[in-house]
Amino acid sequence: MKRRNNVFKLLLSGPYLIWMAIFVLVPMGMVLYFALTDPDTGRFTLDNLMGIEEFLPVFGESVWLAAVSALLCIVIAYPVAYVIAKAAPSRQRVLILLVMLPMCMSFLLRTLAWVALLEDTGILNRLLGSLGIGPLKLIRTRGAVILGMVYNYLPYMIMPLYSVLTKLDRRLIEAAEDLGCSGTQVFFKVILPLSAPGIISGTTMVFVPAVSTFYISKKLGSSGTALIGDLIESQFKQSYNPNLGAAMSLVLMVMIFICMGIMNRFAGQDEVSRI
Amino acid sequence: MKRFNRIFTVAVFIFLYAPILLLVAASFSSGTSLSNFEGFTLSRYSELFSDKNMLGLLLNSLIVALISSVVASVFGTVSCFGIRRLGRRAQKTVMTVTNIPMTNPEIVTGISLALLFVFIGQMLKLKDVMGFWTLLIAHITFNLPYVILSVMPKLNQLDRHVGEAALDLGCTPIKAFFKVTLPEILPGIISGGLMAFTMSLDDFVISYFVYGPAFTTLPVEIYTYTKKPLPPKLYALFTVLFLAILLVMIVMNIVQARDDNRSRRNKNAKGEITLTRI
Repeated sequence: MKRRNNVFKLLLSGPYLIWMAIFVLVPMGMVLYFALTDPDTGRFTLDNLMGIEEFLPVFGESVWLAAVSALLCIVIAYPVAYVIAKAAPSRQRVLILLVMLPMCMSFLLRTLAWVALLEDTGILNRLLGSLGIGPLKLIRTRGAVILGMVYNYLPYMIMPLYSVLTKLDRRLIEAAEDLGCSGTQVFFKVILPLSAPGIISGTTMVFVPAVSTFYISKKLGSSGTALIGDLIESQFKQSYNPNLGAAMSLVLMVMIFICMGIMNRFAGQDEVSRI
Repeated sequence: MKRFNRIFTVAVFIFLYAPILLLVAASFSSGTSLSNFEGFTLSRYSELFSDKNMLGLLLNSLIVALISSVVASVFGTVSCFGIRRLGRRAQKTVMTVTNIPMTNPEIVTGISLALLFVFIGQMLKLKDVMGFWTLLIAHITFNLPYVILSVMPKLNQLDRHVGEAALDLGCTPIKAFFKVTLPEILPGIISGGLMAFTMSLDDFVISYFVYGPAFTTLPVEIYTYTKKPLPPKLYALFTVLFLAILLVMIVMNIVQARDDNRSRRNKNAKGEITLTRI
């Protein structure tokens, strides 16, 4: 009987284990292998990783823009998530649908629409022009790239914040008020620390795609604002050098891992110190 | 403060929907530019529906999204039962691996799969490995975690005793599964499957690295268009898809509302039972 149980267990989980090994773990191993081998001889080398040095400013720029976007997303998403969480249940559902709907629509076309809005002769500049404000340089700037990131990934921040805020125990807020906290104190001492898990998962969901994007920077940025994603993409699609591309991807993964580690650490300590 | 938050929320929704409304408006414009509305026309829609090429691309996207999400839903659900039977440590490892496609940047998932496919292609001496099958495999791979992560919690919530009761009352294990277990976890399977479907339908980054010239999906084609001016019928297609997704969401909303009401009523009913028992 036990033996049959074991066979059953393997039959159910085996195909999945094999699938994930072949299509998740092996590909990761291939990235590592390509990153550490010479494109011509196939021998072990660190040249690819060393070659990244000249692209370090690009890495810095990507992390900086993605971090600013993630921060802006927190600031913008928080009040929105709060308002939604406070709304009547039937209204909540509608509002959440409205937040999710843009996520399902073509992100390429939506980004292109921003090009039309921000162009030198675009809609925003014409609106400003009719108010007597001269044409501003909106597109092909870092600001435009950040705007594109915030626009595309904002829903990914609103959703986790909303789900944390709806589960918030009202009694804790009431207790803080009973114990003499002012409105702002309640927010900073009770509500905000309790929403830390939402902030963390939202930040991950915004930061990771933002730091590795290559479409947003291509459309809204200038040639000077090429990001890591652009570099990796061009290694695979234009100047074919998968070894360098794999090395960049490896560094990108390690970097994200470190960023997440630092963030979790901060958030973790924060909670501990409070208790 | 409350007032400010409300006004701010409205402003954010305008920010989220402005580009979408712009695209919808452009689908009715007789000009080709997104930023100028030149005159009302419906001809973009007739162009769209007579363009076999574009409808073919849409069909390709739908085929990949549908097959990959259905396969991932069935495969993922079956696997959940298997994973739960594993030891604690094995279970943890498997879930970590499951999370890799979710936490890795899409571009890394895309290139890693591309490296694998090229390697396999060289081994099998195939000329064009990239095509329908590589696209499908990639989509199933990134869809599986969505299903697993939404079915697993449902399985963990499952009351074992109900299944056992079904067996005691003479159900065969298969019958018990279809009559008791499956209905309980079905909401998880459906929401995971739907999420997988929408992710797959709009996926561009991963598809871009594993598609072949023989089989292209709509987002990949839109990306390669961007060097030329976009054909305006794409805006018409965007509008049609927007309305379709809106419709699906409204239906889901109604179903969910009904479900919520029912579970609330059930809860009340259960409360009554415990009360009468007392």
